[in-house]
Amino acid sequence: MFHFSNIVRTKGDPKILESGPSLKQPVDQLARALGWFSIGLGVVEFFAPRRVTETLGMEGHETMVRAFGVREILAGIMSLSVDKNAGLWARVGGDGLDAAALLSGLTPDNPKKGNIALALLMVGGIAMLDYRAAQDTKPRRPPRDARRKLYPNRSGFPKGIESIRTAARQIAAHAGQNEVKQGDERRIP
Amino acid sequence: MKALVWHGKEDIRCDTVTDPEIQDSRDAIIKVTSCAICGSDLHLFHNFIPGMLPGDIMGHETMGEVVEVGSGVDGKLKKGDRIVVPFTIICGECDQCKRGNFSVCETTNRKRHLADKVFGHTTAGLFGYTHLTGGYPGGQAEYLRVPYADATHIKVPAGIPDEQLLFLSDIFPTGWQAAVQCDIEPTDTVAIWGCGPVGQMAIRSAILLGANQVIAIDCLPERLSMAEAGGATTINFETESVLERLQELTDGKGPEKCIDCVGMESHVMASLPDTLLDRAKQMVMAESDRPHVLREMIYVCRPGGIISVAGVYSGLSDMLPMGAFMNKGLTMRTGQTHVNRWTDDLLRRIEDGEIDPSFVITHTVPLEQGPEMYQVFRDKRDSCVKVVLKP
Ligand SMILES: NC(=O)c1ccc[n+]([C@@H]2O[C@H](COP(=O)([O-])OP(=O)(O)OC[C@H]3O[C@@H](n4cnc5c(N)ncnc54)[C@H](O)[C@@H]3O)[C@@H](O)[C@H]2O)c1
Ligand SMILES: [Zn+2]
Ligand SMILES: [Zn+2]
Repeated sequence: MFHFSNIVRTKGDPKILESGPSLKQPVDQLARALGWFSIGLGVVEFFAPRRVTETLGMEGHETMVRAFGVREILAGIMSLSVDKNAGLWARVGGDGLDAAALLSGLTPDNPKKGNIALALLMVGGIAMLDYRAAQDTKPRRPPRDARRKLYPNRSGFPKGIESIRTAARQIAAHAGQNEVKQGDERRIP
Repeated sequence: MKALVWHGKEDIRCDTVTDPEIQDSRDAIIKVTSCAICGSDLHLFHNFIPGMLPGDIMGHETMGEVVEVGSGVDGKLKKGDRIVVPFTIICGECDQCKRGNFSVCETTNRKRHLADKVFGHTTAGLFGYTHLTGGYPGGQAEYLRVPYADATHIKVPAGIPDEQLLFLSDIFPTGWQAAVQCDIEPTDTVAIWGCGPVGQMAIRSAILLGANQVIAIDCLPERLSMAEAGGATTINFETESVLERLQELTDGKGPEKCIDCVGMESHVMASLPDTLLDRAKQMVMAESDRPHVLREMIYVCRPGGIISVAGVYSGLSDMLPMGAFMNKGLTMRTGQTHVNRWTDDLLRRIEDGEIDPSFVITHTVPLEQGPEMYQVFRDKRDSCVKVVLKP
């Protein structure tokens, strides 16, 4: 099988002597950490849902935990991609779902309600990180209604576009007479 | 020397690296006077094209002055010559080069075993691009080693500023080839998707080749205004229906010729659900490209028409409407640009003042600011269309 990991740089090509500053911000590191955390948690939820429900005293909800696992994995992948902002917002939404599910298990007769309280606390903390990361990685594309420079004078034709059009038509008409197809792809200069 | 170096996804830095040296008798070294950032560089910036290694030097639109030549350059170049470097490295001798199919030169990809496996056959070596195309260090740097320099160059005269000549390296011939591949006839409507630098050059080329009507499609007002200045009728795909407007502008018949100057990273938006699905599949590596524009072109193109693809695609595209493509009898032409096939003609057009490709430049900054400019160009901030870097 072919692996991209087998690629090596050719000897003799320039090598880095001193690296310049990176564009990466601390929030990019945070987004990355949250992305991997999401995937890790998702894998546990997906493959060991019983462990999770037992810890929380919520037996019988394994299917939901599995589904949450899938959600965590997808949000994690998105948070690691160039669309990390969408991934982080998906995580913020997911934190809400997690909290709601946990709250539903916080009944007086649940012997593990201590664990649920702890989990809620964790979800709260992570949600704050998710929210901060989502805020700080907002795409820096200008909003649609932003004022923009326009370029109505940049035709690229120093002699004016009309003179180019006229010339092109004349050449085309001429070529038509000689039955030479203009722009034949095999014509090599 | 200083160079813009790829360190990973969205991580390009201005590093100090060792100077390039002559490695082969057919090499030359140039001192770079101008270079530019291309839309293709953004695919690498996003790590959408496989086969990059941390430490790779970026850049494939470069020009400068020859400072050293190998013994095998055979008087074709000498110290002091001013050259533009085509982004495709060519040997000038193989079967493909002899046919003018320079971007599929059989000799210059020094990692052809990779390309043979991934694409079925090797293509030419490219500067500052993936290791699938040789992993050659690029020209966003103070110096550049030009392999096969006796063939891989475009000699340019003194007296014309860099800004007018630099784009002979890539985007001008790319827009030109995209238009030439359409076999434009004087009655044709040519529709062009994408008004980035390549789209802008394709618009001017279609006008120069005598198209009756040129229609340009994008969503960025500054780029649409530049397209209009070049003679195109414009469609904003965020606020208008591309299909309806194209039908309207062609009496319901559709454009005869369609050009894709967008490529694999088509805009993702909720109103175009296929783009959302493509993006999701890309994330889980179930698809490598987002071919929305290809789908749209096949659907609207007039039967018997031609689809010309300049936008870069890297791997697998899903759900292309082959039924429509086949039954409508469409022709598709594609390719990395055979730069040197066109540059003599295009240089003459620049010298004659027929066209001045520098119209597309909106930002000129020192090389050190390159990393930030990748972000500005990617995010379409500050009405950016084309960035030129000065080492
Ligand atoms: N074939 C070649 O040899 C060659 C050479 C150079 C560049 N390219 C490719 O050409 C493409 C364009 O390059 P560029 O420098 O102009 O890049 P760019 O990113 O500046 O331009 C792309 C433009 O397409 C627009 N766009 C996105 N989705 C669209 C849609 N659905 N419909 C219409 N427009 C849409 C964007 O708004 C943007 O203006 C890239 O894929 C690049 O890799 C190919
Ligand atoms: Zn390019
Ligand atoms: Zn060759």
